[in-house]
Amino acid sequence: MASMDTGGGDEGHKKGPGVKKAKKLSTRVDMTPMVDLGFLLITFFIFTTTMAQPTAMNLFLPKDVQKPEEQNKVKESGAFTIILGKEDQIYYYEGLDPTKLQASNFKGIREEILRKKQTTNLEDLVVILKPTPDATYKNTVDILDEMTICEIKRYAMVDVAPQEYQLVKITEAAAGIK
Amino acid sequence: MTPFVDVAFLILTFFILATKFKPEDAVEVKTPGSVSSIAVPEKDAFMVTVDKTARVFVSLDNAQFKQVLIENINTTRNLGLTPAEMKVFIDAPSVGVPFSQLKGLLQLDPEAMKKVVQPGVPCEDSTGGELNYWVRDALVAYSGRKLNLLIKADNDTKYPAFKNVLNAFKLNDQNKFLLITAPEDAPMGTPLFETRQKQISGEATK
Repeated sequence: MASMDTGGGDEGHKKGPGVKKAKKLSTRVDMTPMVDLGFLLITFFIFTTTMAQPTAMNLFLPKDVQKPEEQNKVKESGAFTIILGKEDQIYYYEGLDPTKLQASNFKGIREEILRKKQTTNLEDLVVILKPTPDATYKNTVDILDEMTICEIKRYAMVDVAPQEYQLVKITEAAAGIK
Repeated sequence: MTPFVDVAFLILTFFILATKFKPEDAVEVKTPGSVSSIAVPEKDAFMVTVDKTARVFVSLDNAQFKQVLIENINTTRNLGLTPAEMKVFIDAPSVGVPFSQLKGLLQLDPEAMKKVVQPGVPCEDSTGGELNYWVRDALVAYSGRKLNLLIKADNDTKYPAFKNVLNAFKLNDQNKFLLITAPEDAPMGTPLFETRQKQISGEATK
C-alpha cells in the first residue's frame, strides 16, 4: 500500500565503457509502520480527549432561620411556586393556594415563568422551587438553570410541604404517572 | 500520500496538545447541563460526589491540606491510622467509606482499592452523618483560607441524597457551593440569551 521506493531506475542508465557502476543506494525509507503508529495514536487521542471542560454553577443558600418573624414574607401576587415531581413532571401554582396546582413539564414551564415575570411587579416576584423526594438532581439543576435563563432575581429552594406533596401525588395518580 | 501523512501528523500533534487527562474518579457520574459558564476551580477544591445510587464520595485535590485533613480526622474520630495508611489516603483520588471501614480500605494496595465497591460516606440523617465531620475537618484544615466546595452529582441522583449533602454543608455554616455541570448554550429568545447577545455586541463595538 504505502510502498515509497521510487529508486530502481539504475539499470537502464548506461555509463561509458570502463566506468564502474556505482551502486546507488535508495535513501527512501518505508514509512508504513510509522504512519500506522501515527494513526493509532490519533485514534487514541481522539477517544481520550474531553473537549468540553465541565463548568460550575453557583448555588447560594440562605442560612436557616429558626424564628418565623425573621423569615422573608412573600406577597401573594408575586409568588410563583414550582414543584418538581416524578418523571420530569413539573407542577406549579401562582399565589399561595396550592389547590390551584397545574401540571407542566420542562418545555412548558419557561413560558409560564416568563408570563408571570411580565405580568407581575418585578419587586414582588419570588419564585419558590420545591423539589419533591421523587425529583432527580438533574431536575433540580435544570430548574435552577431556568431561573438563570429567565433572569429571575429572587428565587428560593425550599422543601415541599406535606399537603402539597399529597396534592402532587393525587395529581400524579390521576395522570397515571408511576 | 506525503501531504496526507503530513496532515495526519498535524492532527495527531493537535490532539496530543489538546488532551488533558482527567483524574480518575471512583465512580462514574454523568453531570447535567447548565448555561453557567463559570470555570471549575482547579485547586483547593473539596469535592463531594454523589452517584445515582446516592453513594457519597469525598475528595480534596491539595495534597498538603489533605495531609492535615486526614490527621485531623484520625485524631477526632480516633481511627488509629498509621502514617503509611495516611499516605495511601493522600494518593487516593476519592474515598467513600464510613469511618469504621476507612482503615481497612487504606490497607489495600492502590490497584485493589480501585476494584473495591465503596459503600459511600453515610450522611442520611439530619445530623449530616459522617459527611458533617469530613466537611468540618476540611474547613479546619483550611482554617479560614479559601476552600471551594464542589458538588458533583449524577443526573439520576434523587433529590433527597443531594439535600443531605447540602445539609451537611449547612451544618458547618457553608452556604456557597459550585455544582459541576456540563456547558450548554442559552436557548434562543430567552432573556439570558438577549443579555448575552447584548454583551457580545457591546464588546464588539468597544
